[in-house]
Amino acid sequence: MNETWFIILAAMLTIYAVLDGFDLGVGALLPWICRTENERIQARESIGPVWNGNEVWLIAAGAAMFMAFPLLYAASFSGFYLALMLVLWLLILRGVGFEFRHAYHSPMWTGLWDVVFSAASLLLAVLFGIAVGNVLRGVPLNHSEEFQGSFAVLLNPFSLLGGVLSLTTLSMHGSAFLAVKTHAELQERARSWVLPLWMGTLVLTLGFVGFSFFVRPDFTVNYLNHPLLFILPLFAVFSIATIPYFSRQRKYGQLFCATSCLIAALLGSAAAGLFPRLLPALQDSNVNSLTIYNSSSSHHSLVTGLIMNLVGMGVAVAYTSYVYKIWWGKVPLQKTTDH
Amino acid sequence: MSDAVIAGRAQFAFTIMFHYLFPILTMGLSVMIAIMKSIQRFKKDDRYGIAARFWMKIFAINFAMGVVTGIPMEFQFGTNWSHFSRQNGGLLGQPLAMEGTYAFFLESGFLGVFLFAENKVSPFVHWLSSMLVAVGTLMSGFFITAADAWMQHPVGYTIQPDGTVGMASLWTVFTNPYLGWQYWHTINGALVTGALVVAGIGAYYLLVRRDEEFGRISVTIGITVGVLFAVIQTFPTGAKAGENVARYQPAKMAAMEGQYETQTAAPLAIIGMPDTARSKLMDPILVPKLLSYLAYGDTRAKVIGINDIPSNQRPPLEVVYYSYHIMVGLGTVFVAVLILGSLLLWRKVVFSSRWYLWILMLTMPLPYIANEAGWTVTEVGRQPWIVYGMMRTTQGITPPATVSSGETVFTLLGFAGLYALLGLVFLYLLVRIIALGPNSEAHSDGTNIDQPNRNESKGMVSN
Repeated sequence: MNETWFIILAAMLTIYAVLDGFDLGVGALLPWICRTENERIQARESIGPVWNGNEVWLIAAGAAMFMAFPLLYAASFSGFYLALMLVLWLLILRGVGFEFRHAYHSPMWTGLWDVVFSAASLLLAVLFGIAVGNVLRGVPLNHSEEFQGSFAVLLNPFSLLGGVLSLTTLSMHGSAFLAVKTHAELQERARSWVLPLWMGTLVLTLGFVGFSFFVRPDFTVNYLNHPLLFILPLFAVFSIATIPYFSRQRKYGQLFCATSCLIAALLGSAAAGLFPRLLPALQDSNVNSLTIYNSSSSHHSLVTGLIMNLVGMGVAVAYTSYVYKIWWGKVPLQKTTDH
Repeated sequence: MSDAVIAGRAQFAFTIMFHYLFPILTMGLSVMIAIMKSIQRFKKDDRYGIAARFWMKIFAINFAMGVVTGIPMEFQFGTNWSHFSRQNGGLLGQPLAMEGTYAFFLESGFLGVFLFAENKVSPFVHWLSSMLVAVGTLMSGFFITAADAWMQHPVGYTIQPDGTVGMASLWTVFTNPYLGWQYWHTINGALVTGALVVAGIGAYYLLVRRDEEFGRISVTIGITVGVLFAVIQTFPTGAKAGENVARYQPAKMAAMEGQYETQTAAPLAIIGMPDTARSKLMDPILVPKLLSYLAYGDTRAKVIGINDIPSNQRPPLEVVYYSYHIMVGLGTVFVAVLILGSLLLWRKVVFSSRWYLWILMLTMPLPYIANEAGWTVTEVGRQPWIVYGMMRTTQGITPPATVSSGETVFTLLGFAGLYALLGLVFLYLLVRIIALGPNSEAHSDGTNIDQPNRNESKGMVSN
């Protein structure tokens, strides 16, 4: 049961990364990709109806963590206190930046919220990468399963590398999404960003994986014991290899699929190495890591949670697919004149 | 209480009270909009569709504010109340997780359809999305109130070998005897708010003599729906929720009523000032035996006074007492205003009674105060417990070695600044939407929100 919940939590966070990933990426790229007001509106319309629902995955994953692994939730949220507050404020600013932007049409107003929205998206993409980096690297847990995550602890080279990797990957994902959803010049420009971002992602991924052998040599244990797990990194390699091909062939649907698969495969590979730990103690420390066994709630809680969650998610996935189908296809061209 | 507890409580109180300003309206307004869409659909009257579209714009900015200020609430359980979370997460996480999977996806998905896809989907689907948004908001309210009701009256749990709380029966948690009336009272309070805001803004349009057709529709629906819920708010939901407090939390009841001494045939204090130093309610106006009757259905019943509660289990009396009396007083005002409105509506003079329209418009902020005061009674009245009878608030806080009180004060100031800014922007946009009016060809996707020439717009004709 604890194992099942590890998979569910990893799956929810992965779905969040894939879904909110593209709108974070679009946000981060917006000032550089869009040249006219028309294009900015197109880009925003492409994510407008769905970004809120995408963010719900983060909230749902947080609540699932609260329920299934209360100790993990308590230790990580209090330990990463200031960093999480920063994430919160950025999420708030990004949300209002998006929703309030179009409520009033003046270049100064929209320009201001554009900057807020894009800066917050960019920083969030980096911060989520740093967070993943720190979870993989481990944190200075003490014997009562708590830690204080000062900036000196959190901003280490490994996590910072994770932050940059996250930014390039999500931006590539966002540009692929824009290429699917938009027209003509904007589409071409979005496509032209894919390849440079792909190269960055490739180099950074290699660097990050290489680095991880030094930071967490113990992550190879699971892979060596269960060679089947190698499917995940191989799938990541396959996905990243197809991206330039689809980009050159202008097969945007497949391109977006490939970037989505890449994100899922990368996070899946990390989770496979992490298992059964949830929040490892630092390498070489003599404190126990938080694992799915020592930080979970009671068996009955997990079983009830599993049933309720599966039913709820089944229903949610059903109507979310319906809602996505309404927005299927390209955003309509704007009739408004450019500023 | 240590500094960390005070700082943590202050931050939670501030962020949740600010957050709740928005769900109060969205929970009520979603139902009002669903009613308008239903009238449009079944009476084939497009004026109601235009009205629904206008209210959905107000709904949308409130919803956005509710979402962005709601995320910090979930985070704060972990950041500032980590020991509370470790202890109770296995149970309390359940309704919170269900809120995400059952309510939030529904709301956010179909709000998008309602706002942006009127031209893409059939009228039936558009109507259905308005209904589903309402269902989503009401379910969201249910899960949160279920979590709160458990903290008021814990049921359906087991204590694990390691001392933490585990789920015994989710069914028992959802059929908590404390929950039913508390939920209806909460939702009903939001419905009164929604109705009064619809009526109040409608009254504004009538007072300034523009978009009067829309104003009449809004005032009519607002008063009709409002009077029903305002009455239900006092009886049965308020009365029954009060009986539950008397049954399960006598200390809270004593604080609400300013009851210092235990007495049989206890009188009800309509007004009066509690003076804890002298253990006395100063200058009260009392109705004999009424409190005993309201709390226990028996005029001779014994009501426990705060002096007979052990001093380490007493809630702060004044806050609870004043909040409770403000809530009840305002509830009475709403019943009076709305019954008067119904009479005027029935005699068909409401639209010409400008004095009444003024009252209606100025009543608008009051339901917000009443709802916030009600939650203050619920939450402060539960003190010094975070989970009633099981865990003290001081035991729930994150240890200061992990998050110091200084850090919390810093982030509290950060929230205060950010929320002040958000509040200003929100009010500005609200005023703007009202100034543009229901007949501007503004779409919520904002592509042409600033159409300057209102006369060319299609839509209902103003007279």
